[in-house]
Amino acid sequence: MTSRDLTPSQTAGPFFHSGLLRDPLNTLTTGQTQGERIRLEGYVYDGDRTGVSDALVEIWQANAAGRYRHPADLRPVPLDPAFVGFGRAGTDEHGFYAFETIKPGPVPFDTHTTQAPHIGVCVSARGLLDHLRTRVYFDDERANSDDPVLGLVPEPRRPTLLARRRTVEGQTVYRFDIILQGDQETVFFEL
Amino acid sequence: MDGPGRDPTTFPPYYHEAYRSTVRRAPRQPLISVPHTLSEITGPGPALSAMGAQDSDLTTNMGTGGEAIGERIIVTGRVLDDHAMPESGALIEIWQANAAGRYRHRVDDHRAPLDPHFLGYGRCTTNNDGVYRFITIRPGAYPWQNHPNAWRPAHIHFSVFGPSWVSRLITQMYFPGDPLLPLDPIFNSVPTDAARARLIATYAHDVTQEGYALGFRFDVILRGPNATPFEPFATTHHARR
Repeated sequence: MTSRDLTPSQTAGPFFHSGLLRDPLNTLTTGQTQGERIRLEGYVYDGDRTGVSDALVEIWQANAAGRYRHPADLRPVPLDPAFVGFGRAGTDEHGFYAFETIKPGPVPFDTHTTQAPHIGVCVSARGLLDHLRTRVYFDDERANSDDPVLGLVPEPRRPTLLARRRTVEGQTVYRFDIILQGDQETVFFEL
Repeated sequence: MDGPGRDPTTFPPYYHEAYRSTVRRAPRQPLISVPHTLSEITGPGPALSAMGAQDSDLTTNMGTGGEAIGERIIVTGRVLDDHAMPESGALIEIWQANAAGRYRHRVDDHRAPLDPHFLGYGRCTTNNDGVYRFITIRPGAYPWQNHPNAWRPAHIHFSVFGPSWVSRLITQMYFPGDPLLPLDPIFNSVPTDAARARLIATYAHDVTQEGYALGFRFDVILRGPNATPFEPFATTHHARR
């Protein structure tokens, strides 16, 4: 079997909410979860800079210690029993989404190199014939300058991958807008 | 360790003018290819399937005590990786219109009746042989605003979580012999006949249950991570001990 036999993608269309968002999954933390609490929020915009009101944003991340809850992550780094690392949110009528989560720890790139803390993002919507993949990096992380994946991105486009930190009523909020098309178009990855 | 990416003979381009919603939503910059790191070869699939309750009979899962109206069907198949090995524990979520072509959704304004006994959503996980199975009703075709007299062919939406972030797939299953297929810009965004054929279920008389429901078979082939991707991390782990 070759890659030619793979099942093609199709759009999620506009009617996925009752199915994929029946159980809310935009709070990844419980009272017991370890790590720095953050809110990750932003807007999904189309090429006219109009909010995309029918997007599905999914995230996947390591825990605060930098461990993924997955059988392929065999490293001696502790799992957090109160953290899975998957989130799913629909955008509202303005294109806004938000997750309550923790800042992930760094994870390895290969045996010699570490990646800066990041969160994997998958965006699906009406008008997207396949999901789009991107990554959230954190604008206050010094490790960004050595990150091997950010290093693959032309320097002028790297800021589209940086979530911007601010504090709102004592809570740490990172703002990450996803611009599907046009000026400041978010960098999307091919895996 | 670069990924194989999106095979252009299988995956639709993001920009497909005939499907109007792509015009202002498709990225115009090229995608940037990234290697498969631990962040790509892991994924939520195993954790989600361990949590997921089976909810695979859409004819009754509205919980009203009544049965959905329509032609009862069984949709089953296998989820495989790109080496044709079964993916056990894959999470499949489906959603669909009812028999009249109406979704239970606030933005669906098609003048067709809602079915009080049909939710239009189900989920299940694959067994050790990679097999999933849903009981549902055949969805109706419905009009949409894409172009004059536009009708979507009958379809069931599939969301699949395989073992890794790489293997995530959202697609649609179509029905054999549907005269609307050649007219549908979403189906025809898939670039080749061979790839489009893989989105059409086959009628399966061995699945059909006498006196109960027609059977359809639809296999799903997911991308896998590249060869032995987590070996380096395991080796590091042992070498440090």
